[in-house]
Amino acid sequence: MDAEAIVKELRGTYGSGKTKSYEWRVSQLKALLKIAENHEKEITDALYSDLSKPELEAFIHEVSMMKTACKLALKELKRWMKPEKVKASLTSFPSSAEIVPEPLGVVLVISAWNYPFLLSLDPVIGAIAAGNAVVLKPSEIAPATSSVLAKLLGQYMDVSAIRVVEGAVPETTALLEQKWDKIFYTGNGKVGRIVLAAAAKHLTPVVLELGGKSPVVVDSNIDYKIAVRRIIAGKWGCNNGQACISPDYIITTKESVPKLLDAMKQELEKFYGKDPLKSGDLSRIVNANHFQRLSKLLDDNKVVDKVVHGGQRDENNLKISPTILLDVPEDSLIMKEEIFGPLLPIITVNKVEDSIQFIKAREKPLAAYLFTSNKKLEEEFVMNISAGGLLINDTTLQVALSTLPFGGVGESGMGSCHGKFSFDTFSHKKAVLRRSFAGDVPARYPPYTAGKARFLKALLNGDIIGLIRALIGW
Amino acid sequence: MNVVEEDVLGELTTAFRSRRTRSVEWRKAQLQAILKLLDENEEEIFEALKQDLGKHPVESYRDEVGVVRKSATNALRCVEKWMAPQKAPIPLVLFPARGAVVSEPLGVVLIFVSWNFPISLALDPVIGAISAGNTIVLKPSELAPKCSSVLANTIPRYLDPEAIKVVEGGHDVSEQLLQLKWDKIFFTGSPRVGRLIMSAAAKHLTPVTLELGGKCPTILDTLSNFSDLQVAVKRIVGGKWGPCNGQACIGIDYVLVETKFAPVLIELLEKSIKTFYGENLKTLANLARIVNKHHFDRVHNLLKDPKVAASVVYGGSVDEENMAIEPTILLNPPLDADIMNEEIFGPLLPIITLKNIEESIQFINSRPKPLAIYAFTKNDSLKEKILQETSSGSLTFNDAMIQFLCDTLPFGGVGQSGYGRYHGKFSFDTFSHEKAVLHRSFLVELESRYPPWNDFKMEFVRLAYNYDYLGIILLLLGLRGLIRTNRRR
Repeated sequence: MDAEAIVKELRGTYGSGKTKSYEWRVSQLKALLKIAENHEKEITDALYSDLSKPELEAFIHEVSMMKTACKLALKELKRWMKPEKVKASLTSFPSSAEIVPEPLGVVLVISAWNYPFLLSLDPVIGAIAAGNAVVLKPSEIAPATSSVLAKLLGQYMDVSAIRVVEGAVPETTALLEQKWDKIFYTGNGKVGRIVLAAAAKHLTPVVLELGGKSPVVVDSNIDYKIAVRRIIAGKWGCNNGQACISPDYIITTKESVPKLLDAMKQELEKFYGKDPLKSGDLSRIVNANHFQRLSKLLDDNKVVDKVVHGGQRDENNLKISPTILLDVPEDSLIMKEEIFGPLLPIITVNKVEDSIQFIKAREKPLAAYLFTSNKKLEEEFVMNISAGGLLINDTTLQVALSTLPFGGVGESGMGSCHGKFSFDTFSHKKAVLRRSFAGDVPARYPPYTAGKARFLKALLNGDIIGLIRALIGW
Repeated sequence: MNVVEEDVLGELTTAFRSRRTRSVEWRKAQLQAILKLLDENEEEIFEALKQDLGKHPVESYRDEVGVVRKSATNALRCVEKWMAPQKAPIPLVLFPARGAVVSEPLGVVLIFVSWNFPISLALDPVIGAISAGNTIVLKPSELAPKCSSVLANTIPRYLDPEAIKVVEGGHDVSEQLLQLKWDKIFFTGSPRVGRLIMSAAAKHLTPVTLELGGKCPTILDTLSNFSDLQVAVKRIVGGKWGPCNGQACIGIDYVLVETKFAPVLIELLEKSIKTFYGENLKTLANLARIVNKHHFDRVHNLLKDPKVAASVVYGGSVDEENMAIEPTILLNPPLDADIMNEEIFGPLLPIITLKNIEESIQFINSRPKPLAIYAFTKNDSLKEKILQETSSGSLTFNDAMIQFLCDTLPFGGVGQSGYGRYHGKFSFDTFSHEKAVLHRSFLVELESRYPPWNDFKMEFVRLAYNYDYLGIILLLLGLRGLIRTNRRR
């Protein structure tokens, strides 16, 4: 079926008002939860086939996160849907005012290949919770997961309102030509620009969840072992670095380097063994294209002699071992683009405070991490660094919190999701003002006089005394 | 010109990087300066609005100066509260930790103003941008040249000239501004230009707020109480011709009414129009004028369609020389005529009759989503139906326009009427990035987060995700497996 026909059908369903009911939303959220519960193995198998993602990682980062999001939405939905009463001003007295969330209509979710299950369904949960009809376009670069999603959603969901469209560039292009009420895109800035430009034609609002070079600043006054474990978990433990919030590079002082490196090597070996290419606890590189891209970063003349750990590659199995590079030049390829893989450069600065300047001189990342026990540095970091999210003394955990908005700023994207933020992203907040026929103020209407002018001034300024004076004609 | 603007952006970036616009003192000082600017230049502003649009000073105060004063005063009172980080609750699994949402300025923002409310639509968003701590370029509309020059002359004298700049000019200037990389673009105007703004912003991934318009319908139920009807009619007349003579994005575009009720409505509308504005086209008072020849012709052309002309039941006279159009009421103009498919943005008011007032919902839903819907009714079930089944930027019962003054309500469109919202705290949010900040300590370390993976870790994580703390304790004590095996037996 072509894109146009699907949108037309979904518009029909949306127009019927079906998706707006609380019951429909709950039934669809429950169906999503069932998919995760009944087909966990099928899903983690697909993730293994697409990315060799270790089962536990697939479970924690994809299935579980999705289930948590679903359960939260089910639990909170009534509260989220409730109109919010707000104070009406004196100017419009007597009246009552409220903000009523309503669905936007028919929305498009374009998902990414690195967390192909979670990044597909997490936005779909928000869209359903808000009462929209949804088309999901999973990434063709994770074909097994894409086809599992298409199959299971077709089987469990109300297909008159929720559809999966599989495909690559031509299919996506056809989808982008349609008129949507919202587009939610996860991916890179290049495609993000294409999505925005396509949306402009129809005045469609867009959420862009992009990435960027997320830095980790490591101070010297810390427990290196814990810090390093948390960095490793966020870097190689997140799809082998192929995650938008993964640490991209480390900034630290020269004197910290030896201790940091030692701890890194030690813990890496504990986690992934002596031959990490053989470890079952690391994802592989998604495909040959990305393997080539990462190889190019490593083979760049400016960095070939900078590898201090790892560097092994197995092209046949698309594996690259956890690799650390020290003191790479700022103009090397690896420092110019988002790495999105198992390579971790370390940049050294004279004073740890200099790292703030280093980060600020670059595009705003999706995340920035700092390990320190210095409260002042922490404060300065929070005030000075602009990023989607900041996390002090850990990595990547900020995404697990539904009370924090997840989303970028500048080059790392726009709009936010998770928890209530997802619901809001897919809702229009309608301003509703209720007036009675009483309390009509003649000063609003012409013919205009000086007295009316004075009255209006007092009214708009909320000046009650002035109001009374104007009324009794002083 | 190009060089000048590159400099503008450079200077504003420097000012932003100096971090002074982030302090609460700077923000408050700028807001106070706006109030002072209004106080000391009120007459000049009234005069400019009179020349650009023929607005009466009372109208100018009500829709422009007063609105901005109210916003600035509100922002002054609230800005500190808005700036305070919002604590975010943390699940026990992550203990010990502390989470907060910190609002930070986006950077250098660009604000495009439209010509119909050239003062309030300029300064109202500026108040939001200042409150959020941004540096600003304000591009007033060249179609309201006097107001544009008042803004260009006064703003640098009252506000921080290195952080807030006015750039005057026409299309060429706008196009050049759009080439540059901004951290936010706030645009008030038409969907056509809105699309251009979005396409330009796409190149730099710049987030955009579009405040557009649309055909805002008014549903008038058959009101049995005559005094209610009188109030309703006054409010409709006030909502149509009051704000800039119909040239307002939330102005009433057309009225939906039951067939039997139309004659009464028309009679009362006529009466109100005569009392408010007078009868003779030459001596009309208290009405803004059509902004320029282009718009005069546009509105005039809507009337020229013979079928439309035949539907005029009141007014309809036009004075080409003075670019004046009488307040005009039309009864059932053809639905396929331009007047029912374009935003009118002028003093013409079509009345569309329906057999049953409930059909108005279908009528509205078959058209693009408007910026505002107004409904006059005492019927609660009709109110509920309209609320649930239509979509619009805002919905006001039993009044018109006044939702604009409510700082606690978001102002903004949906669908063809735009996206993003402002006013009060919403303005602050529009110009802020909500940064998620999570603080952890080195104290508690859960082994189960780390590979090598095994069954114990799998079980632990499952429990953690279910926030099953008892289960976690049992698992750690080695009792959980035992209990499970027992159960299986």
